[in-house]
Amino acid sequence: MPEIIQVIVGGLLIGGMFSFIAIGLNVVFGVMEIVNFAHGSIVMLGMYFAYWLSVLFHVDPYIAIFLGVPVFFIFGVCVQKILINRVLNAPPINQFLLTLGLMLFLDNLALLLWKPDYRTIKMSYTASVINIGGIDISITRLVAFGIMLASVTILQQFLTKTYLGKAIRATADDREGASLVGINVPRVYLFTFGLSSALAGIAGIAIIPFFYVFPYVGVHFVITAYIVVVLGGLGRFTGALIGGLIIGASESLAGLYLYGSLKMVVPLVIFIGVLLFRPSGIFAGK
Amino acid sequence: MLEVENIDVKYGKIHIIRSVSLKVNSGAFVSIVGSNGAGKSTILKTISGILRPTSGKITFLGDEISLISPHEIVGKGISHIPEGRKLFWSLSVLENLELGAYTQRARGKKDENIKRSFELFPILSDRKKQLSGTLSGGEQQMLAIARGLMGDPTLLLLDEPSLGLAPVLAKETIRVVKRINKDGKTILLVEQNVRHALENSDRAYVLENGMITMEGGGAELLSNKDVKTAYLGL
Repeated sequence: MPEIIQVIVGGLLIGGMFSFIAIGLNVVFGVMEIVNFAHGSIVMLGMYFAYWLSVLFHVDPYIAIFLGVPVFFIFGVCVQKILINRVLNAPPINQFLLTLGLMLFLDNLALLLWKPDYRTIKMSYTASVINIGGIDISITRLVAFGIMLASVTILQQFLTKTYLGKAIRATADDREGASLVGINVPRVYLFTFGLSSALAGIAGIAIIPFFYVFPYVGVHFVITAYIVVVLGGLGRFTGALIGGLIIGASESLAGLYLYGSLKMVVPLVIFIGVLLFRPSGIFAGK
Repeated sequence: MLEVENIDVKYGKIHIIRSVSLKVNSGAFVSIVGSNGAGKSTILKTISGILRPTSGKITFLGDEISLISPHEIVGKGISHIPEGRKLFWSLSVLENLELGAYTQRARGKKDENIKRSFELFPILSDRKKQLSGTLSGGEQQMLAIARGLMGDPTLLLLDEPSLGLAPVLAKETIRVVKRINKDGKTILLVEQNVRHALENSDRAYVLENGMITMEGGGAELLSNKDVKTAYLGL
């Protein structure tokens, strides 16, 4: 029995990362109704960002997060201004193609710059494990989960308690209504995309201590993130949070009973199941 | 106060508004009436900046506003209360009102104006924590009007405020609008309910197929033979 619990806990911790990535995706989708396929690639860039800061300048990844926030925020604002803005009123297929194209561009740029090698960083605490109630938990995964919880809480407080946060939610509810009360909607979009990009960057930085980065790692993340988003309901934050945990735990459990990468089948099966039987997500109430 | 000069508005290739000119004087109550699809909403949307005229000019208090963005136009003192209300449904009544005061011009007066809103519409005070998406149709309309007033406008554009409301509520709505006018706000009202509109207006314009076909005083048009047959079923 304890082995199953160990596996589930491990799965929940990694699931929290999927939740984190999915929430970043939901921020953009909820406000701008854009499906950003390049989101996983920004996570990948976050991982490389922390990797190079560590290898070249010996910056601890957990310090790198503070540098990463403004860097990735600005990156997101630029991407929105230069690219995403152009397809805001275009048919969805154009939007998909643009973000898909951006994903391919970023992934292959990483391949060109940094080769296909798998990389990770080793800190003094990389192998540290803490034992809670008989279960061994890796410190780096626990810290990453904590970073996720902290970020998501800050995000939630921002959106529900601050004037700007409410203005963003208002824009998500009704774009025209928002401009008619004087909200500068184009500026909200810049901010939102920057925010989403910063969340992706933080996720990447938090993961690199225990995950390998390589140029196409973003693809796996964005696919899993979309499965989480479909599971939790597009645009729903609590749904994304819980959905991620479910996917993480089930993939982990599957790893216990299935060979090798066969366990990846489980999230895909869940994905198809949800699409067939509850397409608006398991938490969709409205 | 507001001058619309010869504007044309298109949706892509479709010509909706042709050479429309109208004037709204400070403090006046002006209506645009006409049947469904005549283009009345389009005119309001062009004034508030959601749409742009393809030709012609719109001036407000001396400034040309034809091509500036909606949020800037709100900042100049025009509040457009749109058809369909467009409330922030996942936010509470109070939050909707607070966001109504988003512009610099309105923020200083936010608390004062929230108090005023609750005086004008007491039921909103009772429901202030409730999600606006769960309000009844009449309550939503009240909130939409109150939210528009939060912007501290000098000119209020109202698009079919009585649409979808029961006759009693429709009458009450127009009464409130008249009161707002008496309190000093200039009103440009678009209405399908021609009688309500003309009874209360100083001036009115009749719009048909994107063009102004008649204009005159409210009472004058009300007794006009053509208006009576076409719009009042007489």
